[in-house]
Amino acid sequence: MDYIFKNPLVVFQLLWQHLFVTGIALVVAILISLPVSLLILRSRRLTTIVLGILSAFYTIPSIALIILLLPVTGLNEWSVIIALILYVQVILVRNNVAALNGIDPVIVEAARGMGMNRRQLWWRVQLPLALPVMLAGIRIAAIVAIGIATVGAKFNAGGLGRLLFDGIAQTGRYDKIWAGALAVAALALAVNLALVALERYFSYTRKIQQRAAA
Amino acid sequence: MVLIEAYNYLLSRGDEIWVALGQHLLLVGVALGIGIVLCVPLGVLTSRSRAASLAIINMANALRVVPSLAILFLAIPYFGLSFTSSALALTVLALPPILINTDAAFRTIEPPLKEAALGMGMTARQVLWRIEFPLALPVIVAGIRIATVEVIASATLAAFIGGGGLGIYITRGFALFDTSILLVGAISVALLALTAEILLGGLERFVRTPYG
Repeated sequence: MDYIFKNPLVVFQLLWQHLFVTGIALVVAILISLPVSLLILRSRRLTTIVLGILSAFYTIPSIALIILLLPVTGLNEWSVIIALILYVQVILVRNNVAALNGIDPVIVEAARGMGMNRRQLWWRVQLPLALPVMLAGIRIAAIVAIGIATVGAKFNAGGLGRLLFDGIAQTGRYDKIWAGALAVAALALAVNLALVALERYFSYTRKIQQRAAA
Repeated sequence: MVLIEAYNYLLSRGDEIWVALGQHLLLVGVALGIGIVLCVPLGVLTSRSRAASLAIINMANALRVVPSLAILFLAIPYFGLSFTSSALALTVLALPPILINTDAAFRTIEPPLKEAALGMGMTARQVLWRIEFPLALPVIVAGIRIATVEVIASATLAAFIGGGGLGIYITRGFALFDTSILLVGAISVALLALTAEILLGGLERFVRTPYG
């Protein structure tokens, strides 16, 4: 704890790097996962195949996946970011598919019957209904990404993992290990809480209850 | 080609890879062994009470959110750079998936099944071992599979804290700035994780098929 209070600027800068790496990776990963999910939803076989390939990526230990990318991308933060994008893809796509498959077809039919076109159907019925489950996927992906970005410090990506690795490189600097571990744990728990709150906010059962109460 | 260099390095070190693999499996085995012995009985107990279940599952979930590297490194101030540190930290990482799945497996068994068994004159112990346990087994095995793959991955990081295992190629690769040595570690540990996933996935399907 001491280290954090004595060097707030150092910790803050590492925190910023950590957020930068995980943030970029997550945004790109989400942007890729949406079209992939919509595409594979058209065929059950395609869904099985694509999810199978993506989960094979997920089975590979993250540090190994980053190393496998090194010959292509070199020893910098981009190998970490690309590995993260590949790694969380299965979480995002699996949840997107589950979310969209979980919508009762009767609701979609009713919306069509009311005269909605495809665009209205997506924005006003399908997306709002699927959003909570999709957000759950994003939350898990964010937590996984924060964890892997910690290891990313070893690959020159910076971030709070630097404190951990410095802590063992400099014998006896347990204060750095504690600072790094506490900061990264606090970051992960805070992001988790924030995204749980976001999921609740977008939950349609909550909205229905509110409307009924009003 | 880096891959050929990696292969040559592997050959030049003789039996080292097998020793490293042995250490890796020992780390994973110890962590999973302790995890299973602790968490399966604990999960059965928590599944009996809604409050206990809620409390322990929330704790396990919070533990899962903490990055594994942080948990591994926090063992150093207490147990130094050693096998013990690594084994203990890996055990902590193995607990949540096994506990969460065991609890869920026992909690979601249909009550009428238990009632029917009791009505047929089975004792509580018989119901546990002959009805509940076989029904819960696939979900428990799924938890063990998830824990195994996670622990294999984290055991790679254990080399940073002196735990040995296949991660030694990765620490050495970083020390010598040599991508080919890094690749030896990365490829071997990736193959190990994929093998474990396939084997335990097979086991999961095997225990899922009803017998008799």
